Parts: sequence; C-alpha cells; structure tokens
Amino acid sequence: MSAQDLVARAQKWAKEQPWRLYGSQISILVRNELRRNLFTHRRIGIYLLAWVPVLIVLTHVIFDRNQPAGPAQIETDTRVLAGIVQLYYFRLGIFFACMAIFTWLFRGEMVERTLHYQFLVPVRREVLVVGKFLAGSVVAIVLFETAVLACFYLMYSRFGSTGKSYVFGGPGLGQLGSYLLVTALACIGYGAVFLALSLLFKNPIVPGVVIMGWETIAAIFPDWAQMLTVTFYLKHLCPVSLPLSGPLAIFTIVAEPVPPFVAVLGLLLLTITILALSCFLIHRMEITYTAE
Amino acid sequence: MTPDAHQIVFENVSKFYGEVLGVNKVSFTLKPGITSLVGPNGSGKTTLMNLMTGLIRPSQGAIFVLGLTPQQPIEFFRHVGYCTQFDSFPTGTTGYDFIYWPLRLHGFAHDQAAKLTDEALQRAGMAQVARRKVAGYSKGMRQRIRLAQAIAHHPSVLVLDEPLNGLDPMARAESIALFEAIAKQGMHVIISSHILEEVDRISDRVVLVSSGYVVAEGQIREVRKEVRDHPMQILVRCSNAARLAAAAFELDHVVEAKILNDGQGVLVRTRDAEQFYLLLNKIVSGGLVEVDAVAPADDDVDSIYQYLIGSDGGPA
Repeated sequence: MSAQDLVARAQKWAKEQPWRLYGSQISILVRNELRRNLFTHRRIGIYLLAWVPVLIVLTHVIFDRNQPAGPAQIETDTRVLAGIVQLYYFRLGIFFACMAIFTWLFRGEMVERTLHYQFLVPVRREVLVVGKFLAGSVVAIVLFETAVLACFYLMYSRFGSTGKSYVFGGPGLGQLGSYLLVTALACIGYGAVFLALSLLFKNPIVPGVVIMGWETIAAIFPDWAQMLTVTFYLKHLCPVSLPLSGPLAIFTIVAEPVPPFVAVLGLLLLTITILALSCFLIHRMEITYTAE
Repeated sequence: MTPDAHQIVFENVSKFYGEVLGVNKVSFTLKPGITSLVGPNGSGKTTLMNLMTGLIRPSQGAIFVLGLTPQQPIEFFRHVGYCTQFDSFPTGTTGYDFIYWPLRLHGFAHDQAAKLTDEALQRAGMAQVARRKVAGYSKGMRQRIRLAQAIAHHPSVLVLDEPLNGLDPMARAESIALFEAIAKQGMHVIISSHILEEVDRISDRVVLVSSGYVVAEGQIREVRKEVRDHPMQILVRCSNAARLAAAAFELDHVVEAKILNDGQGVLVRTRDAEQFYLLLNKIVSGGLVEVDAVAPADDDVDSIYQYLIGSDGGPA
C-alpha cells in the first residue's frame, strides 16, 4: 500500500468519526469524574500534598515578619522557592498526588466494581481514557497551580514594594509563568505514566516506586535514556538552577541543555505516546472483579 | 458466514480464565423473544452474558449481536442494554443520575435524556424514590434501578443477569410483565436464572448450561417434556427398608429402588411420583413399614442438568 493510499484512508477514517459526539462524551466524563471522585473529602491526602509547603511558607512569613527584607533576602527566598518547586513538588508532591489521582481513575472503579457501567455505554474506550485523563489532569493542575501560586505570593508579599518591583519589574513574573507551565506539564506527564501503570498492573504502587527510582537515577544515564523521564523535560524549563551539593543533589538532573520549546514538545510527545499505550491497554481490559 | 442482523450468534465460543474453564465450544443462535439461560451457580451463564456484551473477550470463537460486535461500541450499545448481577454503584449517585448520565453519553440532549429517564423510572416502578441516593435503596430497589438503566435507551437486545433476584412477589410479577411486553415488541430478552421454574412460564426458549457447556437448547415445551420424563428420586427413611423396596419394585413406573447403606431407608427412582406416594400410604397404613421421613431427593434444577448431561458428567 502506497503512502498516498494510507493518507487517503486516514482522511476517510477521520471524516467518518463522530467528533462532536466524542467531544460531548469527553465533557460529560470529565464532569462526572470531577463530581464523583475527585473533589471530595476522600481526597484530603492529595490536598495536603499540595498545600503543606504553602502552610510552611505561611508559617515562615508569620514568624520572620520582623526580620530585614532586603534584596539579598529576596535572592535567598527565590532559591528556597525554587527548591520547594523542584525538589518537593516535582519529585514528591506532584509525583505522589498523580499516583493517587490517576491510578484510581480505572483501578478504583475496578475495586469498587463499577467499571462495567463505563464499558456498557456507547463510548469508545479511547474516549474513556481521554475523558478520565483530562479529569485527573484538571484536578492535579488546579490543586498544584493554586498551591504554587500561593507559595509564590506568600514568599514575595512580605517584601512590600521591593517584592513588588522584583515580581513586576524584575524576573519574578517570568519565573512564576515558568513554574505554572512546568507544574501543569508535570501533572500531565506523571498523570499519563500512572494512568498507563494502572492499566498494566493490579497494584500500581510497586511499579510507581520503581518509576520514582528511575526518575532519580536516570541522571547517570545517557541523554536518550533521560528522555524517558518526566523530570528531564521539567528541568530545562525551571527558571532558577539549584546548586548540586548536599544530599538533595540526588534529586537533581544533569543533562545537556535543551531549548524550552523542545522540552515542552518532548514532554507532550511523551505524554501522547503513553496515552496511546493506555488506549491500547484498555482494549485488553476485561471485567473480572473476582480476580481483583 | 455473514452475521444475521436480527439474531444473536455464538460461533464455537470458548472462554478460559487462565486454566479455569468458563464456557467451552458454545454455539447457538437466538431469535427475537424471551430466551432463558438456565443453569446452576457457576455453570457459565454470567460468562455467556459478559461475552455477549463485551465485558470479557472470548478465548476462541466469535459472537455477533444483531450483526454487531462490542468492538463497535457506539452502534452496539445503542442496541444492547445489560443489567448485570454486580450489586455496586458509583459512589454518591442518585437513582435519577444513575440513569440520566449514561443517556447523555448515548448522545441524547438534556431534554430527551430527562424524558427517557422519567419513562424508565416509571416502567421500573422507581419514580417515587429516584432522587434518593442508591446507597439507601433496598436490594430489590437496587435491582430495579439497574433494570431501569438497562431499558432506558430502548434497546433491541436486553440482557438480564438473574433479574428476579431479591424482588418481592409484586415486583417480580411486574418485572415479568415488563419482559413480556418488551419481547412482544419483537425484541430480544435474554434472562439468566438458576431456577428453571422461575423462567419456565415466560420463556420462548431455554438454553440449559452446565459446567461451561450448553447441555440442552430449544423451545421451552421440549425441555419441559424432557424434565417431565426424567425419573424422580424419592428418599424414604423407614424401619423395614427391604420390604418397602420389594413393594416398590412391583410397580411399573419404579425404575430403581436402592436400600441405603445403613439399611434404614430406600432411595426410589420413579416416573410417577404420585403413584408411588399412594403405594407408600397403603404400606404405612397397613403397618408393614414405619416411615420416619419422605423427601424428594432431586426436586431441583441441578438434578435435571445431571440427567441431561448424562451420568459421566460430560456434555450431551
């Protein structure tokens, strides 16, 4: 079959698809998922993962309010914020929250014996994967973006006019934009990974820990291997570099510099590839609750 | 073979769960009307229904429902409604939402989905409690709300796994009337049950399943005849077993009379239980034998399967 035939077939297939129906089904799936499973008191642990640093920064602001707040302190606090985002959020907070949110999307329904309802409606299983993934992404992104935003606000608000000029007249706003972008990318990147793991394994916790190990030690491997980690792409988008010293150095990544747009596209490509794998895996899934 | 657009076709279907047999080499064709899958617990009824609706995939063979397969979910599930036996519901859902949201996923607009939801709730007798959370429903109400969801989009094929379980007599009668009404509209209604008598009156045909095999299939009257001709076993605990056995043997309809190992009773196989009971009364009133207990030893559907699958336990 020639390339032209393939293109013609793909165009014919695309024309035949009920895209509007898919769109409305995805929006209903996202809405139902948010309403039922995600913004509930049962998810208190995830909220804590997102908001613990905010509480710590708030405590710091309250207790250190009488200390001098000059430009040197701003530099220090900027590095502290970079540490919070890069060492806590990317390596722990978002990682474990995404593990909890995204593995529960399908595995949770298997445990609660309700997944068959999703399989008995006229919805393609790929649409189901996309709908659930988007719902999980919305929750993770909203939670962690607001938390990062709150940390940023608290960190610089105590500096008064100096802080204001650092944010609006200096590099502050750009750094905030980068952090928000990286947080969103981390949520979808880790989200896709854990969604796929939940379709591959009955208990995705153990492979989740393996993934964490891989994300940590990948720094010692060549660049092509590092490209199979989420943190590889995030690192290149972080606006403030962290020093490579002390025990926390194991959480940092050493890699050849990559332009930001390549990092964003690379992570999106990785996410799409993993989602495609999830779409393949969902077709193999059977409802056998007794085996759970 | 071109799949028929009006029939449900199983072609040499097998399903193994690892090394465990679910169903083996099942082939049958179902026409519109009420079909009952009957068999003891664990015989493979639910497996057949799950295969039919794509919840599990066959290890071998092919299944077509109105010429469609579950790999075409948009077309397939517009025609198929399945009320499973899983007694679980999405957390926090109300009866209304449980029916309304799947209808939205079918592509119905809000007004149409709301109308169909109300109609399904009415048909299942659940309109009064629709706004309550399903978690607070009784077992019978949960059964009915699942039924309402399965019929809400007016499917052409309605698959019901043990739909009468947990229903009180009134709800049971209403459900049966509903199944009959749906079947009269030319649709397929597939019902599973482990009690033959339960579905006997309403079925156009039955498929008897045992240990993963289809052991009998056909019009209900044919299966009924087989059941009627099946010798019935009666266990009599009594004082003078040898005497009773000898008397029983004199009757034409008695196929076998076996003295129990402990010598305290007789197991009789007869084609006419009524006649045997008359004889027993006569013997007892004559004072020849003192009877402690009389009980039918195989007055359940399991014994019928035993009979139908043969003494070696293999498929018929």
